[in-house]
Amino acid sequence: MSQPGFFELAGFGADGWGHALLAGAWMTILVAIAGYAVGACIGTLGAWAKIAGNGFARAAADAYTTVLRGIPDLLVIYLFYFGGSAVVTAVGRLFGAEGFLGFPGFLAGSLAVGVTSGAQFTEVLRGGFKAVHPGEIEAAIACGMPRWLRLRRIVAPLTLRHALPGLGNVWQVVLKESALVSITGVAELLRQAQVGAGSTGLPFDFYLMAGAIYLMISTVSSLVLQQAERRLSRGLGRRG
Amino acid sequence: MDWQFLNETFVSLVAAIPLTIELAVTSICLGAILALLLALARLSGVAALDWFARLYVFIFRGTPLLVQIFLIYYGLGQFPAVRHSVFWPFLRDPYWCAVLALTLNTAAYASEIIRGGLLSVPHGQIEAARACGMHRFLMFRRIVLPLAIRQALPAYGNEMISMVKATSLASIITLMEVTGVAAKIISETYRAIEVFVVSGAIYLALNFLLTRLIQFAEYRLSPHLRAPVPGSRESSTMATPAGEHR
Repeated sequence: MSQPGFFELAGFGADGWGHALLAGAWMTILVAIAGYAVGACIGTLGAWAKIAGNGFARAAADAYTTVLRGIPDLLVIYLFYFGGSAVVTAVGRLFGAEGFLGFPGFLAGSLAVGVTSGAQFTEVLRGGFKAVHPGEIEAAIACGMPRWLRLRRIVAPLTLRHALPGLGNVWQVVLKESALVSITGVAELLRQAQVGAGSTGLPFDFYLMAGAIYLMISTVSSLVLQQAERRLSRGLGRRG
Repeated sequence: MDWQFLNETFVSLVAAIPLTIELAVTSICLGAILALLLALARLSGVAALDWFARLYVFIFRGTPLLVQIFLIYYGLGQFPAVRHSVFWPFLRDPYWCAVLALTLNTAAYASEIIRGGLLSVPHGQIEAARACGMHRFLMFRRIVLPLAIRQALPAYGNEMISMVKATSLASIITLMEVTGVAAKIISETYRAIEVFVVSGAIYLALNFLLTRLIQFAEYRLSPHLRAPVPGSRESSTMATPAGEHR
């Protein structure tokens, strides 16, 4: 039997895995977006706690960022995947379900990615806030802006402007971290490559394809981020 | 709290710490050498070397480490030429594959950090070294490299910590380091939270020690930033030159 060549494998023909890999790439992007969104929510809360929280909130946020930045992401994924299954099984038993119930891999993966990236978000947003000139906030207070309006019109946009390069880094990290979600069986890019490698016996070709697709996604997203940075720093005389 | 279970978990995880440290230390050391070479290639002014280093950094920073590990561990075995080469005894061993992948990966990140450090060496210091008649290599060894390391150390510390964390991926290609053992215990007992707490504490302790070591190195490398101790010999003989105040 003649083995199909690299481009036949990567293509969309009879021997091609193009569709499967494309679907996997789409799933990778979904996992990354979901994880990024969860991380953004946690990070906003964390940054708020570190900047304006009381002693307890600050200590909790400190503990969270220290722990999550010091332990491997893989461990967090195991925690959510296996821990989530244990919780779901226990809850299922309460309602009379028999045996083991699995925790959905997508949910476990994006929660795990979100919780780990949330720690980075916290620090990036805190740094962004620190770069906001106090005069701008003072001016807003002097104009009589209430808290929420101040946050929406002054603090949040200025913080984001300073935090954007850091947020771009977090996105790149999340994108690569999403590959770890493959261990929970979610059919994302790396998982599809594993399936392809297993069924054709050509692991090198498939992992090379997966790597190339990751490179493409991260290149496109860094171009988008550059564009966003340029837009947000209009009027600063900075050239991105 | 089931103290007995925690205790048993702790004992079996502690046994796995040496492998984690070994993976991290080997790949950080090898990676540092490769990173220095890459940084020098970027700064060499030779277009081919420069572009090779750029491409290398682009590829290794743009793809997930897990893909790199799979490509080396599963992928290379696909080629008969590799299987019959002298490297096969190494490349069939998950340990060496993990070390290779971690080394190649960290070299990409570290080379950018080292490049930043090398670029930060003040021009005046290089001029002064030249004026003293130092050769290129001596100047690099005595002046440029130490100053670059001092500048790059905080960022390099972050990279070392992420390498300690990255060793956990070796568990996916069957190595029984801390995460590998933790995953095994979890899948046998389904007590994810307890095992997570114990293994997380181990990684935190390792990284805590590492940050202290880096802080110590930083302290040793920056005598010019310390307040002079009155009456000590060192402070009188090593008076800070006027240009070095920051």
